[in-house]
Amino acid sequence: MSVEVRVTSLLQKAIGGAKSVSAQGDTISALLDNLESSYPGFKSNVLADNGELHRFVNIYKNNEDIRYLGNLDTPVGSGDVISILPALAGGSTSCRP
Amino acid sequence: MAIKVYIPGPFRVATNNSSKIEGYGDDVGEVLKDVGRRYPGIKALIFDSKGEVADHVCVFINGRDINTLQNNGTKVTEGDEVSIVPAMSGGAVPFTEEQIRRYSRHIILPQVGGKGQRKLLGAKVLLIGAGGLGSPTALYLAAAGVGTLGIVDFDTVDISNLQRQILHHNHDVGRLKVTSAQESIADVNPDVQVIPHALALTSENALEIIRQYDIVVNGCDNFATRYLVNDACVFLNKPLVDGSIFLFEGQASVFMPGRGCYRCLYPAPPPPGMVPSCQEAGVLGVLPGIVGCVQAIETIKLILGIGEPLAGRLLLFDALSMDFRVMRLRKDPSCPVCGDNPTITELIDYEEFCGAPITVG
Ligand SMILES: [Zn+2]
Repeated sequence: MSVEVRVTSLLQKAIGGAKSVSAQGDTISALLDNLESSYPGFKSNVLADNGELHRFVNIYKNNEDIRYLGNLDTPVGSGDVISILPALAGGSTSCRP
Repeated sequence: MAIKVYIPGPFRVATNNSSKIEGYGDDVGEVLKDVGRRYPGIKALIFDSKGEVADHVCVFINGRDINTLQNNGTKVTEGDEVSIVPAMSGGAVPFTEEQIRRYSRHIILPQVGGKGQRKLLGAKVLLIGAGGLGSPTALYLAAAGVGTLGIVDFDTVDISNLQRQILHHNHDVGRLKVTSAQESIADVNPDVQVIPHALALTSENALEIIRQYDIVVNGCDNFATRYLVNDACVFLNKPLVDGSIFLFEGQASVFMPGRGCYRCLYPAPPPPGMVPSCQEAGVLGVLPGIVGCVQAIETIKLILGIGEPLAGRLLLFDALSMDFRVMRLRKDPSCPVCGDNPTITELIDYEEFCGAPITVG
């Protein structure tokens, strides 16, 4: 099944410059695998070497964080919107410790 | 019977600039209620939430304070004149005539009123960073009459800042940002006391500085400071109004004590170099204006205790698609600082935690 995956500008390069892309799969994990096959290297932006989500990246199914659903096994269906959001830090450059 | 009621200058915003209006009734209370019915703006200005004449208002009849007569029950007859005068008494911080005029658009809002304006004037807000985000936040909080603004920033103004950092002007290039901020704020509103902290926030000084304020607004660019400010706010039970920007996108959220923190959202920072800085990648100059204004609104809501704070929610803004979305944000029971069994109970070495050198921004 085809699900819309939206990314922020940090990840747009990894999916060919688009803001959103449709991916096939019935879980988050399957969607990421599908994106990896279309865009080799994509998954390393989202998953750590141990196969878990990077701790500075969140994935939302609609508006809910998948950590509170079923993590990477969270089921997805048509009509769901998946958002991948890495932490942003931008602001003033003049307050670093 | 119809009684003439004198309306003071600052309140005439609510009477289409009329200085004399009429109210009907047999005593002062009835006349004022009648005036309030016909001029809802006046009602908000002269009555408190319990329907009593507010502390910041005195009522005179033919020049005599009704407190020395029979208060609201004082009888009125044809030819009497009731005058409403902004009072400078009542125990709370008194408003000056100028303040009533300056804040009239707030005071006539039932959700703010004289009481709310006093809360704003009494509030102490700490801004981390006088840059892109801190600029609009500082200017709007100052204009709104937030009485004390602390600003942490060690840097000086560079010409490349002026594309977005609206606190600073051409003639400020080379000057300390806190100095330039202090001057800009004084130009907007002399009621505001600015406390400049021209230093870098560190694990050694953060608690001491943050302790002095009611609310912290984070407009800082790097992960080390972001985690430092977060942890300090958790330890000191201070609300944290967070914002961040990158290219054309922004994020904002409010972390209320006991209801989750930045670490619940992002348990760890990206490795150094993985996320380019605004300095390296650029940022649309207006973008921090939007996010900083969201932070200013949230700060004012917290001070006034009105509305629904942006707590438990992450606001995402995309300037290119002009799209605002809201994600749900939860308190993580396994959070190392605010979870059920915290493992971090004092400030740590954030450079080390984020992996030095810090190259994000
Ligand atoms: Zn937390």
